[in-house]
Amino acid sequence: MEITARPEVISLAGGLPDTTTFPPESFAAQMTRIAQESSAEALQYGPTEGFERTKDVICEVMGVEGMRPDRDDVIVTTGGQQALDLIAKTLLDPGDVVIAEGPTYPGAVPVFCSYQADTRQVPIDEHGMRIDVLEETLDSLAAEGTAPKFVYSVPTFQNPGGATMSLERRRALVELARERELLIVEDNPYGLLRYEGEALPALYELDGGDYVLYAGTFSKILSPGIRVGWLCAPPPVMEKVVLGKQAADLCTSTLTQYFVGEFFGEERWMDYVDDVVAIYRGRRDAMLDALERFFPAEARWSRPEGGLFVWVTLPDYINTTDLLAKALRENVAFVPGEAAFTDGRGSHSMRLNFSAQSEDEIREGVRRIGRVIADQLDLYRTITGEHRMVEPGAAAAEEPSADVLPLRRRPRGERD
Amino acid sequence: MRVAVIKGGRSLERAVSMRSGARVEDALAGAGHDVTGIDAGEDLVGRLKAGSFEAAFVALHGPGGEDGTVQELLEILSIPYTGPGVAACLRGMDKVLAKNILRERGVPTPDWVAFNSTAFRELGAADALAEIEEGLGFPLVVKPGAGGSSLGVRFAASADEVPEALVAAFSYDDRVLLERHVDGRELAVSLIDGEPLPIVEAAPNEADQFNYEARYEIGRTTYTCPAELAEAEARAVSEAAVATWEALDFAGFGRVDVMLGSDGPQVLEINAVPGLTDTSLLPMACEAAGISFDEFAERALTLAAGR
Repeated sequence: MEITARPEVISLAGGLPDTTTFPPESFAAQMTRIAQESSAEALQYGPTEGFERTKDVICEVMGVEGMRPDRDDVIVTTGGQQALDLIAKTLLDPGDVVIAEGPTYPGAVPVFCSYQADTRQVPIDEHGMRIDVLEETLDSLAAEGTAPKFVYSVPTFQNPGGATMSLERRRALVELARERELLIVEDNPYGLLRYEGEALPALYELDGGDYVLYAGTFSKILSPGIRVGWLCAPPPVMEKVVLGKQAADLCTSTLTQYFVGEFFGEERWMDYVDDVVAIYRGRRDAMLDALERFFPAEARWSRPEGGLFVWVTLPDYINTTDLLAKALRENVAFVPGEAAFTDGRGSHSMRLNFSAQSEDEIREGVRRIGRVIADQLDLYRTITGEHRMVEPGAAAAEEPSADVLPLRRRPRGERD
Repeated sequence: MRVAVIKGGRSLERAVSMRSGARVEDALAGAGHDVTGIDAGEDLVGRLKAGSFEAAFVALHGPGGEDGTVQELLEILSIPYTGPGVAACLRGMDKVLAKNILRERGVPTPDWVAFNSTAFRELGAADALAEIEEGLGFPLVVKPGAGGSSLGVRFAASADEVPEALVAAFSYDDRVLLERHVDGRELAVSLIDGEPLPIVEAAPNEADQFNYEARYEIGRTTYTCPAELAEAEARAVSEAAVATWEALDFAGFGRVDVMLGSDGPQVLEINAVPGLTDTSLLPMACEAAGISFDEFAERALTLAAGR
């Protein structure tokens, strides 16, 4: 158990969908049907690529977002996380350059690190990844005689930044990929969780699947516990991915793939997504209201149109890893921003999740964090006798600072 | 012997403590003891009472485990326990108290100034910062008054960096200390029953010289044991560690952190429950002394029972 998972702690740290919204009686009925009608098959190994039935469902889900993948380009993975791992395993050699957004999905950092990639991070603003900075980065890499193996992006309701890439930038990115023969990895776990605004085409749709690999998941629209996700990749990449998947786990759980088949067979899945979206919209609004009420004027935060996260940036003299120690004493938790960078940036930012807690808990959690921040700001002003304001847009432009990650893995020392 | 290994808890050092505890459990179980690992939580006293334990091995780091809290409970339950007693833990955990005692006893420790946040909020301590900085010189080290590992410890290279470092340190404790930085070698002396083990040297990579937190990551610090020191230096460092042990009236085992500068050893602090993981310094020192971890765990238990 992590200390942030103590029952008395209001955790705004995780990225958990609220699984209490799934009706237990449906779950029982679906699992009963599987046991009665497909017991032996559901308990058996399955094909490495996944069941055809699961792929049908995947094509249906992607279709709702406007994508028409070739079924042969789809492999069922053990969660979206395995899709990322398989891509890295297939494409990366030690020292290879990967470009990610800054901040990026904290769960992608250990994936790229474990394959010893040299991860460069391109800042995002409210319109997503800065394509101009990406071009500069590609140019400077070219000058060093190298090129990235791929660009990793969460273009829609980015985790943790909350930003959504504009249509203009999506087009520019896909065009850039074509021009420079650059692979893009589009990670889209949240696309269907939109609370306002118009849906934008996925990079995969704009590109047609030539240069864009696509990672999807049932975690946020059905359940993360079933560990079913997928990857779309063109045949040359797919062949290697299949080998990698065989080595990793032979196949994704057949039992949970059967569950996916049953659930989608009832043809009510969009109703469930609508229910969840309504709940999360209320929670997002509760969080944004609470931030307005309880956070000091110096704080800046994203206003996501969907997804699960708000990204908050504080004045540069507040370190959020230290702040977390104080917040935990108030029984509230968040993710310090450093976890979303590979180079120690993000130390003045934090990620807040609004999907896993009730609106009341969100308000209370934000209130507690706000109080801790106010206390720190007050102390700082007392010590310096001055009042410093944070620069607007500091999230994207902040300077690299101490190269540390939160909560030491291997302390030497004083009490190690 | 029926032994409870107390570990985990709710401090920021929980993860390390779980590893320390697991290693101790393995060692003691291997030696034939009847071992129960207890993750320190609300049921701790209940489990200790129900278990009819003959001894407790305290592998709980940080507040709760090193500040005398668990020791007090074990005293009440009349269960012998490893490591120092209640009062010694209190002295060791509170860096300011420890430094005051060391100074009184003539044990060298770097100059310091300590404040609680009230001093800044209500008594205008900020107005004295310039004098303090002049007195201690730069760089100086800002630390929480209590707390473990390097959490909240910062170097401040100039006056500009002091406020941010103070705010960081106040995140971990209501009292912080500003300490003169000793330019020198970073050493750790582990002791069993007051006897010093071979000295461990921690050498941070050049780039991380003034990045306190980065020093605790794998690959960013090189450890050498025994440290390559001249005989007189090693003796002075060990003597300072023993003097610290005696001044704070420690028992069982512990670890003293020392900086060896141009004017000899300077004691930074003592740890009542040092890390016992497979990469921790006390086990490293034991190994250099030819003491296996199993032997160490057994010895710690014998010392506990003999108290």
